[in-house]
Amino acid sequence: MDRPHKSGSYTGEFVDASRGRINRGIFTSQAIYEDELERVFARSWLFVGHESQIPDPGDFIQSRMGEESVIVNRDRAGKVRVMLNNCRHRGMRVCRYDSGNTRKFYCPFHGWVYSDTGGLIGVPKLKTGYHNELDRSKWGLIQARTASYHGYIFACWDDETPGFEDYLGDLRFYFDDFCELPDGSHDDWEAFGGVFKWRMKNNWKFSAENFAGDYYHNSSHASVDAVVLSPAGTKGRHTYDTVSKAREVYKLNICVTPDGHTSRGELFKDDYDYTPTYQDMAVVEDYFRDCFHKRRDKLGEKARWYGHGGTIFPNVSYSNGVQSMGVWHPVGPHETETWRIFLVPKSAPDEVKNVVRHYVIRYQGPSGLTEQDDLENWGSAHDGARGTIARRYDYHYGMGLGHEQKGWPVEWLGGDIYATEDVSEQNQRAFYARWASVMDQPA
Amino acid sequence: MNNAREKALDRLVLKDGVEQFFQHENDLLDTRQYEAWLGLLSDDIRYWMPLARNQAFGDWDGEWTRKGQDLNWFDEGKFELEQRVKQLMTGLHWAEEPVSRTCHIFANLQIREDDGEALHTYLRFIVYRNRTETETDFFVGKRNDILRRDAAFGFKIAEREIFLDQNVLLAKNLTTFF
Repeated sequence: MDRPHKSGSYTGEFVDASRGRINRGIFTSQAIYEDELERVFARSWLFVGHESQIPDPGDFIQSRMGEESVIVNRDRAGKVRVMLNNCRHRGMRVCRYDSGNTRKFYCPFHGWVYSDTGGLIGVPKLKTGYHNELDRSKWGLIQARTASYHGYIFACWDDETPGFEDYLGDLRFYFDDFCELPDGSHDDWEAFGGVFKWRMKNNWKFSAENFAGDYYHNSSHASVDAVVLSPAGTKGRHTYDTVSKAREVYKLNICVTPDGHTSRGELFKDDYDYTPTYQDMAVVEDYFRDCFHKRRDKLGEKARWYGHGGTIFPNVSYSNGVQSMGVWHPVGPHETETWRIFLVPKSAPDEVKNVVRHYVIRYQGPSGLTEQDDLENWGSAHDGARGTIARRYDYHYGMGLGHEQKGWPVEWLGGDIYATEDVSEQNQRAFYARWASVMDQPA
Repeated sequence: MNNAREKALDRLVLKDGVEQFFQHENDLLDTRQYEAWLGLLSDDIRYWMPLARNQAFGDWDGEWTRKGQDLNWFDEGKFELEQRVKQLMTGLHWAEEPVSRTCHIFANLQIREDDGEALHTYLRFIVYRNRTETETDFFVGKRNDILRRDAAFGFKIAEREIFLDQNVLLAKNLTTFF
């Protein structure tokens, strides 16, 4: 299945959100993939890193936007910058280290040198080779628009895309909740050292939609639930499994329309008290109990919202329970390179940081007991989109269609949001409706 | 026999014992006898595999993420390894259902320290995996172990450091042991 003909459109022809049908070609077509790079990735705000990864002037990390490498750095004036990691002369990466501290980025190929603000400051043979005719001011590194939201750094190549806060739209309530510390404050998070990076043989959208709102896929995780990965050691795999099973909750899928951002979480029907989660670890238990009460005092009624995570369109998935930011970087239609960082409250005691670290690396990622099973299933779903016969038949995204509710269960959950309870494919439909509408706007 | 020759023989006998121990361990893993494999680990084992980073020449401290502080592919004790085995034994762990075929190979074994109670061993490893039909992975790297002498098993593994020579992990998951 190729991209639509001139008369057709992605909306309707490939993504029929109103009927809950999606053409499998959107996962496998090379032509559609190339449209995605231009129309989705070159226009969207993408997550590139966290400020705690570059705390000091001169600090840098390498990151990615779509298929391309970028430098995320803090220049000498303290400004966070995101620049294409690509020499303007022959395109070699001018930064080849995962992280470090530097005032200059040096291209090994012909020796062009760029400053930490991206300016071209050194060109060998400028006089004898270029006869002083090269205007260095026009040949600096390509700069992206940059937004740091509570320390989470996003970047965008397109000047016409709205500012980051407008781009988030009514996801702000949910992403703010993610950015809040467990005590409800906006103090500092700190990323653990290192970035999980790994390749998967599936289209990036399978991963993005799974995090967008797939409560339906619990059968994927039967084995880790049986093992009881939860720190409480009593039930399930999540930190919150103990809590929610003991209370009356709405388990909600939240989608922001038409932005296509999504969230999942639980809304407690009544006020509730702290449920012990780390009984065997006094320091950790005290920390989270104290945070719980501070958060409730600070947020009042809104503390009843307990976010689980979601996807910021297009490829950024945030997970509250483990405080991770994962990005599904496209590597052709048939492969994805995931990058994920995990964060912890900077002010937390070392015991807390250690318990959290042990838990999160056993939960998510290629060595995580939970995500291992997702990775297997996404690859298999991707294979299922490739067959000549199989491709004639749409995927079914119809669960809960027509049962979305606006302004429910409580008004303060947001404006342009819809909610469905428990299992539903509302969020996936919203994600793909947004995808199709962006894809329908030619570059 | 002269003294030097006796010492060399002692070293070879010891090395042979360690080789047989690791070969037995690999057999257990490749034949999916994970519970028996757990029996080879001391109760206080530290099982660690860091992430590999691209760093400037000389900045070797940053090359591997740190034990006990940073993200690692594994930073486990016995309880965590037991959980992994439990998960493998459910028959519902889709990442390993149907189960993969693995082949664990080691080479370049050296014993560098022996204080009578414990040995420090160093080796290179290759773990080959074939999943379902054509999915194939090679995990290649260096491994440092501390083996404690044990009356029943010959040795128990008290510490394992696994340095996988890969920056972006090319396998989609790490469901095997190293």
